[in-house]
Parts: sequence; structure tokens; C-alpha cells
Amino acid sequence: MAHTTEPTPVVRALYHDDDVLISAVKEIRAAGYKISEVYTPFPVHGLDKAMGLKETRIAMAAFMYGLLGLTVAVTLTWYMMISDWPQNIGGKPNYNWGMNMPAFVPILFELTVFFAAHLMVWTYLVINGLYPGADAQNPDPRTTDDYFMVELPAADGLVDVLKKSGAVEIAEA
Amino acid sequence: MHYESPVRQPLILGDKSYNQITEDVVRPIENPAPRSWWMVFSIALVMFLWGVGCLAYTVGTGIGVWGLNKTVGWAWDITNFVWWVGIGHAGTLISAVLLLFRQRWRMAINRSAEAMTIFSVIQAGLFPVFHMGRVWMAYWVLPIPNQFGSLWVNFNSPLLWDVFAISTYLSVSVVFWYVGLIPDFAMVRDRAVNPVQKHIYKILSFGWGGKAKAWQRFEEVSLVLAGLATPLVLSVHTIVSMDFATSVIPGWHTTIFPPYFVAGAIFSGFAMVQTLLLIVRKVFKMEDYITVQHIEMMNIVIMVTGSIVGVAYITELFIAWYSGVEYEQYAFLNRATGPYWWAYWSMMTCNVFSPQFMWFKKLRTNLVFTFVISIVVNIGMWFERFVIIVTSLHRDYLPSSWSMFSPSFVDVGIFVGTIGFFFVLFLLYARTFPVIAQAELKTILKTSGEAQKKHHSDHGAHH
Repeated sequence: MAHTTEPTPVVRALYHDDDVLISAVKEIRAAGYKISEVYTPFPVHGLDKAMGLKETRIAMAAFMYGLLGLTVAVTLTWYMMISDWPQNIGGKPNYNWGMNMPAFVPILFELTVFFAAHLMVWTYLVINGLYPGADAQNPDPRTTDDYFMVELPAADGLVDVLKKSGAVEIAEA
Repeated sequence: MHYESPVRQPLILGDKSYNQITEDVVRPIENPAPRSWWMVFSIALVMFLWGVGCLAYTVGTGIGVWGLNKTVGWAWDITNFVWWVGIGHAGTLISAVLLLFRQRWRMAINRSAEAMTIFSVIQAGLFPVFHMGRVWMAYWVLPIPNQFGSLWVNFNSPLLWDVFAISTYLSVSVVFWYVGLIPDFAMVRDRAVNPVQKHIYKILSFGWGGKAKAWQRFEEVSLVLAGLATPLVLSVHTIVSMDFATSVIPGWHTTIFPPYFVAGAIFSGFAMVQTLLLIVRKVFKMEDYITVQHIEMMNIVIMVTGSIVGVAYITELFIAWYSGVEYEQYAFLNRATGPYWWAYWSMMTCNVFSPQFMWFKKLRTNLVFTFVISIVVNIGMWFERFVIIVTSLHRDYLPSSWSMFSPSFVDVGIFVGTIGFFFVLFLLYARTFPVIAQAELKTILKTSGEAQKKHHSDHGAHH
């Protein structure tokens, strides 16, 4: 997403092992080059730290969505059972939400989970640009099998650093 | 960097590379179906269509075509509902609870277990919906404004809690499953040669490219979903049990029901996972991934939860006696020695005695024996629900209205139909979806692969 229209040439280096990839990412960054993207077939542990990525805040978003769900559930049960049409159901107290609340616990819980889970996943799809029929984001189809790709803007001396770091294939585009 | 204790057994057998995992997972998708698949699929389809016919007959004529009577108003329908929901629980347990406990052996089996969850909850949902009689009014269970006042749904009712619990459970399970499937669909898309196949998997994979930030979010989302799904799965069967426990029927009105139902659900669900995976690993040659160790682990879970269920049965009997309530005492005496004694003792034999064989390592690592026990357990768990529902109802407070229940051909047909529907869905899944979460599995290859472990220990010997 960072590089949109400017035609800066990029260099793509393929690696064939996740441990080599991690040390390569560290070497490339130590040599002063900026990595724009890394494509891997599975979550490589420690890669986000090696690349210097910030921690994701999606768990916090899920917590907020859960609070929203709880609020919706409280409003729904209060309006329907207490405010709009209170009824005598098995003698349960219907004049005050707090007194009737124990019977609503399952609903409060389910709606909290429902909102947290679904809205988090929607957020996840949107911020990653994932939707049905989207074009594949990875430039090389081998990176969903067993290859790992580092993508970065072309620069002087970069190819040597990549070769030394263990890249098995380097392409400029 | 990669270290694991040498006492841990490898989870992936043989000399596998990342590419070999890809090849093995994609093989059933890229190759034509074996003849055995078509045979089983045809049988399942016929069963399903028979069930559709019986459902159509029920809707057209009314639920009077079932074997229900004035005394026994809930029978096979609710038995089947609880049975199918219970089976579903193992999938969430494997993918969510075992993820939170960092149990790596879950990775080879979680995809299929979650598929089983979704497909069995779909079957479960059919029963209460069709029990409504006028199915076209099923939307009345939703809190939507209407022309009667608005007359709202009753949030005090366990039956409505069930609506919310089951629909949350089904939809969250689908989402959890799909988040994990996206990277694996991308893998199938990137290899596909046939343009039609490539296009379908392009749609299914949502454009996934395996960017580092996307993976970071993926792992966080998986963890949070597991954290949400764990209490969710416990809440679902708890609420199902409250359908009974909050009533005033002797034999139902017990506080032990929620934990007892949850344990039973896990028990029957793991048995169904065993049944399915023993077939999948054989037909699709996945023995290197779904190893005997995996089967053994699940057998241990079956043994433990089966014993918990056994303790619950005995506790029920004790509490019935200790309560001093004669109706409660009679309900249990009637279960064990009344006209439905055969159902009670089938339940006891299948659920309490049969899992005890799993104390022996020889038996719990024997695949044929495991397969037989997995079927026996599921029969036993069906009887458990039948015993709880029908034997508690058929002799109520008023002896003049005591009666017996016998299913009509429609009851049987709908049940057989859901089994067919379940297998139709599962067989289609097994041919078109990656049945193993290959991206996740690749993360443990270096620590838990057989060849890689051997290499590590040989290497370690030099130091």
C-alpha cells in the first residue's frame, strides 16, 4: 500500500528457508536498506520483530467491539422487557432492569461474543484488503508454497547484500 | 532457536519439506475422486434426499406425523438436536481450547474438526426449526418489530437463549474456520492449472498474499477468536442444558446439567472426530500427518470425558435418593428399571464402560478398535439424550396420562436424513478444501517433523 503509483523499481529476493530469511532481514536492515514487504507461506515467528513492525492493535479493537455488543444487549433487553412492554413471566421482576438482569446473562454474553468476533474479522479483512475475488497480493505464486520473498526499493549495492544474505533468486522489476 | 525436548514424539512423520506438505494437502483436491468417495457420497445423498422428503411431508401435513403424543411432546427431534450440537463441540475444543493451551498436535486435525462442527450444528439447527411446525414463521424467534404491539421475544426464556447461543456459535465457528482457510485457499489458487479451478480459488482466497503484517494480524485474530470461542462453546451446551434444567420435570430439574452436558458434548464430539479422521487419513493417505499419536491423544480425551460423564450419572442417582423427593427418586428408578431400561443400560454400557478400555495403550493405539469404540460412543450419547428426554417425560405427575413413545417412519427418516446431509457436506468439503491447515502445520515442521528432529538430535550429539 505504501508504494502506489510512483514507478520506483523494486528488487525481489527469494529465500528458501525461514531461518535464513530472518537472518537475511536482519542483515539487510543492518546494512541500511528499507524493506517494503515480506511474503511468506506461513507465519514466521519473529519476522515482525526482525522487520521492526509495530504490534497490531486488532485485539484492542475486538475488545471495543465486545463492549459495543454488551451495550446493544443491555439496550435491547431493557427496551423490550422493561420499558416497552413489561410482562409477568414466571413472576420475574419486570420493573427494573437490574432485578431482571440475571435472566439476561446468557444474552449479554452471546451478543458480546457475536459483536467482538464478527466485527474483528470484518476489520481484519478490510485492513488487509481481503475480499472475494481480489487479485492475489503476492507477486510470485511460489510464496504460498515454500519460498519466502523480500521486496524492497532498488538501491546501489543492494544486490550484493541480498546475495550474501542467502537469497536464491533476485529479480528487479 | 528451534528447540524441543527429545522426549516429544514427532507430529509429522517421514522426511517432509515445506513443499511436500503442500503436495500432500493438495492431492485430494487436484486429483479425481476415488471410486470409494463416489460410493459413500451416493449413499449419503440418497439418505439426505429421503430426509428432505420426510421434512416436506412434516411441513405439508404437520408434526402430527411424528410419534409425539400429549405426554411425550419432545422426543427424537430434541434428542437429535442435542446430539448434533454436542458432536459439534469437539471441533471448537480442538481449534480454540487446544490453541490456548499451545497443543501443537491440534494443527493436523483442527481444520476437519471445525468442518465437522459447522456441518453438525447445521443439522442440529434443523430440528428446533421444524419442530415449530409452521417453519415459515421461524423468524418470530428474532427480536424484530411486528404488528402485534410490538410483542417482543421473551429474553427470560432458555429457549430464546438457545436461539442466540446456537446462532452465535454457528456464525463464529464459520468465521473462525474461514479465517484459517484463506491462506490455504491462496496456496491452492497459486498452484492451480485449470482456469476454472484457479478462478474459484481466487474468489475463495480473498486475494491473500502472505504479507508479514497480514500474518501478524492473522495470528492475533486467531488467538482472540480462540479466546472468544472457548467460553462460547462452554456457554452453548450450558444453555442447551438449561432448556431442561430450568423446567420442573423430575429428572431434568438438576443443577449438575451444565457441566454434565458439556463433558458429554466433548466426549461425543471427539468420538465423531475419530470416526471421520480414521477414514480421512486412510482414504487421502494422510497417515504421516494424522498419526497414531494423534489418535491416541484423542482417545485419552474420550476416556477422561467418558469417565466424567460416568461420574455425572452416578451423582444424579445419588442426588435423586439424597433429595428425599419421591418424584425425583421415581424418575431415576424408572429410568434404570422401567420400560425404557434397555435405553438406560445401553447408555451406561456405551458411555461409561466402553471408554475404560482406553486405559490400555495397546487398545488406544489400535485403529480398528478405536473406530469401533468411536461409533459405540456416539450410539451411547444418542441414547443418553433419549433417556434424559423421553424417560423423564413419559411418566409424569399424573399416572393416568402415562404413555410410551415410539417413533414414526418420519422421525427415523429425518434423523437418517441429517446423517446423510452431514456426510454430503463433509465429503464435498474433503474433496475441495485443504483438509489440513497446511500453513499452520508448516510452522511446526522444523520442531516436530520426524526427519528434522532426528537431524537435531544427531547434531546435538556432537556438542
